[in-house]
Amino acid sequence: MIKRLLILILLVLFARMFYDLTVHYQEPAALSPLATHYVAEGPDELGAPNLVTSVVVTYRGLDTLGEVTVLFLSAAVVGLLLALGAGEGRPESAAEPSASSELVQTLAQYLLPIILLFGTYIFVNGHLTPGGGFQGGAVIASGVLLLFLALPRAGLRHGLLALLESLSGFGYVLVGLLGLVLAGGFLDNRFLPLGDYGSLFSAGAIPVIYTLIGLKVGTELSSVLERFKQ
Amino acid sequence: MDIPISTLTLGTGLALLLIGIWGMLTRKNIIRMIIGFSLMDTGIHIVMVSIGYLSGGTAPIINGAVERATALTHVVDPIPSALVLTAIVIGLGITAVMLAFAVRIHASKGSLSIKDCTESKW
Repeated sequence: MIKRLLILILLVLFARMFYDLTVHYQEPAALSPLATHYVAEGPDELGAPNLVTSVVVTYRGLDTLGEVTVLFLSAAVVGLLLALGAGEGRPESAAEPSASSELVQTLAQYLLPIILLFGTYIFVNGHLTPGGGFQGGAVIASGVLLLFLALPRAGLRHGLLALLESLSGFGYVLVGLLGLVLAGGFLDNRFLPLGDYGSLFSAGAIPVIYTLIGLKVGTELSSVLERFKQ
Repeated sequence: MDIPISTLTLGTGLALLLIGIWGMLTRKNIIRMIIGFSLMDTGIHIVMVSIGYLSGGTAPIINGAVERATALTHVVDPIPSALVLTAIVIGLGITAVMLAFAVRIHASKGSLSIKDCTESKW
């Protein structure tokens, strides 16, 4: 009873606070000075039309490296937790998962290559259009999820996945260090030529970094999905 | 009365945040608590994106659609968008870890109710 009352009071106080925030919210009239710099100078400095990408990959590249690390860590923790529990407590009633209908299986076989291609398209074009490594990787993992739904007994090749994941993570740090040595700082993209503004091979190292991130996120999420499946 | 769209999205995000907190505090099923966390996470993302919105702004992609000369008044703030991109991925990682814990709890206790996890209760 007391607990419910406390929860109610807490929610009412939060609601009061949020109400004031919403009602008195003034939309900013112009971009903040930092955003003004990014919008005005970003295309010339980095050569990437998509400014969100240039903020994520280059201006705030260190944050993105940390983010990739967090994702890697959570994938490792999920693997550890589920591997610890794999031997015990698995009741005999957990029979073989039943196969899905023929319709789903056939469709998955047709759609899977298209989904993988689309994911690749999204992370390769991350510096030109909305999208990027994380989104492309998530699309690839959703394709893998479709595969598991259609064919529950399908397995992934762990060795290949782990190799791809480690290599892309290693490559990401390596590209960052190359930026430190050859250009202005860690994760600076300008050690490769900026190229024609708006073409696929432009914006220095940004497409390289996003391709590596896309591969890493895609393989990581796929292996997380497979661990949950078992 | 004219309500700016950023105020609407801000209110929606904060309401979602409240619903998420309520769900986490009152539900007994661990999966529902995780759903509450996801709702709260999504609410925070909506709030962050709406803070970066400028009236009439479009996506900060400088190509044929947005001229370089007028870009400063025609695009939204790219920084909150980039932060939300980071926050979504980290929320995903946290959710995955919580679900793995839920799987472990279900394997060892045979139930998903928080009331069966009394060892670490103070």
